[in-house]
Amino acid sequence: MMLRRVVAMFDERSGASPFVVKTLRYLFPDHWSFLLGEVALYSFLVLVGTGTYLALFFDPSLAHVTYQGVYGPLRGAEMSQAYKSAIDISFAYKGGLLIRQTHHWAADVFVAAIVMHVMRVFFTGAFRKPRELTWVVGMLILVTTLLEGYVGYSMVDDLLSGMGLAIGYGVALSLPVIGGNLALGLWGSPYPGDHTFESRMFIAHVFIFPVIIGLLLGLHLTLVAARHHAQFRRMRRQTNQRLVGVPTFPGQAPRSLGLLFAVAAVLFLLGGLVQINPIWQWGPYEVALGTNGAQPDWYLGWLIGALRLMPGFDVTIGDYTLVPNPFWGGVLFPTIVIGLMLVWPWVERRITGDRRVHNLLDRPRDAPVRTAFGAAFLLWVVLVFFAGSADRLYVFLRISYTSMTWIYRVATFALPLAVFFVVLTICRELQRSDALEADREAAEEEGERALRAASPQPLTPGTERATAERP
Amino acid sequence: MPRAQLARIVALAVLASGLATATAVAQPPVGIVRPDPDKAARMSPLQLGAQLFAGNCSTCHGGSGFGIAPAEGRRGVGDVAGAGPPLRGVGALAADFYLRTGYMPLGKPSEQPQRSRTLLHDNEIKALTAYVASLGKGPPIPSVHPAQGDLGRGRELFTEHCAGCHQVMAQGGVVTGARVPPLQNATPTQVAEAVRIGPYLMPSFSKHQISDAELQDIVRYVQWTKSPSDRGGWGISNLGPFPEGLVTWFIAAVVLVGTCVLIGKRVRS
Repeated sequence: MMLRRVVAMFDERSGASPFVVKTLRYLFPDHWSFLLGEVALYSFLVLVGTGTYLALFFDPSLAHVTYQGVYGPLRGAEMSQAYKSAIDISFAYKGGLLIRQTHHWAADVFVAAIVMHVMRVFFTGAFRKPRELTWVVGMLILVTTLLEGYVGYSMVDDLLSGMGLAIGYGVALSLPVIGGNLALGLWGSPYPGDHTFESRMFIAHVFIFPVIIGLLLGLHLTLVAARHHAQFRRMRRQTNQRLVGVPTFPGQAPRSLGLLFAVAAVLFLLGGLVQINPIWQWGPYEVALGTNGAQPDWYLGWLIGALRLMPGFDVTIGDYTLVPNPFWGGVLFPTIVIGLMLVWPWVERRITGDRRVHNLLDRPRDAPVRTAFGAAFLLWVVLVFFAGSADRLYVFLRISYTSMTWIYRVATFALPLAVFFVVLTICRELQRSDALEADREAAEEEGERALRAASPQPLTPGTERATAERP
Repeated sequence: MPRAQLARIVALAVLASGLATATAVAQPPVGIVRPDPDKAARMSPLQLGAQLFAGNCSTCHGGSGFGIAPAEGRRGVGDVAGAGPPLRGVGALAADFYLRTGYMPLGKPSEQPQRSRTLLHDNEIKALTAYVASLGKGPPIPSVHPAQGDLGRGRELFTEHCAGCHQVMAQGGVVTGARVPPLQNATPTQVAEAVRIGPYLMPSFSKHQISDAELQDIVRYVQWTKSPSDRGGWGISNLGPFPEGLVTWFIAAVVLVGTCVLIGKRVRS
């Protein structure tokens, strides 16, 4: 009775009930792969939560201090205030290390979940009309996320982040014509830049990029809801016009809530049990310092791989270097990868000439060319990604580093090409066997019908008899 | 004899001889040449060292450790390919390092020496070291006391001088032309020796560059990296993003996809 009055009070003042009812009745397709995007969403929630806590303690200042804190091996070391505050978060504040590690794991998992979600969307053709905009917005989220992650681990000012920024600066410089001014503009002065750069990274990481991601995420979800989810065709009632699924309530909401808890549990367990980015072991950064085996976080591994694989050549005009080498791996490669993904819905329309609305998803085999292209493209990027870790493989397995570089240089072209044709063939074979199966079933059905029509008395119920008589 | 049988015998013979040649080529000349144990027991360390040197080292390093210059046709005793540097004046320090790490005797002269099982007994190593030391005036085996070193200063010095190749947590890495070994198995003395010698491509550091006190700090730090403060939990080998990426994909992603499959089971209506 009380509840009813409270609800009525809110409804009279907001007029929200039609919207709420619509939301509760929104239908979700019933397949686990639709939950991958939700894993990303919930990782993002964990990121925002843990990030807010961390922002309370992180001090984005390059002022020099001498560490006198609780961590012995660093006592007496000169460092920036930024690095010191990150060390203090790890050791001096309650729950700081747990939250810092959970934040970092959440970032790694966030991007991994996005990648898996993109794969689901791509290989099922969910990006087709009328969902191209959703796809584009998703890609923009991915790009922003990569920048957000890079800036996040770079602003800590430990040894690894300093080396990562040196590479970033080199890549920024490598942009033809505008590179010099762009890098100077961003960094404030030649590398390592001045104190404004640190505060720029901070504001970008805790405000600008998260807000962009949040807004794009809102837009992404709005677009999804506006056009409704696409669905697999598993039952005859599921058609291009009719969506069959579970409603938000009581179907999807508890399931989704359970997933939220599961994601948070996994991330906090990792944060509590598995060490990530132990900055106290890397030590503070100075321009002259470096460490062997430095790597970016996994989601930028494909860029370091491209930088390492690219043979060393520049485009020069006389004494003037128009395109320095880092451009190829650091700018051109990601531009091609992201660019191709962005325009793919329209490329596919051009190839197939299919301009219809698609609310039914393909199984990968239903679109052999798309699936083959996707597999080859994915393998291409993954091979470049693996090339970025060749140095560690060399230390572990003693396979010559130079040979590995050359193997990768060949494999990044040869293997995707081979995989394209293999996957194409597999898809077509699967289609053929599907068609065969359908033929057989149709023929059997027909035969059964003929048998039933010919028999003098109707067959008594019981399929055993029917099957027994068929041969 | 039927022809088929003959052919089979010939083929077998060819195969056998081929195998024998292949094994002979693949085997580096391993096995330590030792004096008769009864005689060896009566020798002074220096005599034993001289015997062992003649039997196992002079092939490359020349008689009495004068070395074999590359110009002399690159052939040592027993026609073994490889010219070794002179050992007069390298001192006990270098001999101790190369023998105790198993870098020497070298399997293949053209390849980077690797840490391996030492084939010499402790008294033989001592004898050889004494003999090499007696060849000229050279540095003795350094005595290091890691416990007396300063961990913080060691960390700074290691980052400045060593991390560029050995990785900041001494996990090794790659440089042009060499595999930089991880230091997890290096003893304090070996670390101190390597800094002074500069084995293979490693630069050597004089006492002006790194003083003995500083060296002690560095050794303390290297010792510490063997069991560092992994306050965040499972240390996943202190390599940073590389194992972190593996955990992300092979633990977190697997568990979460599994959760999705479980939670996403079709609702029976």
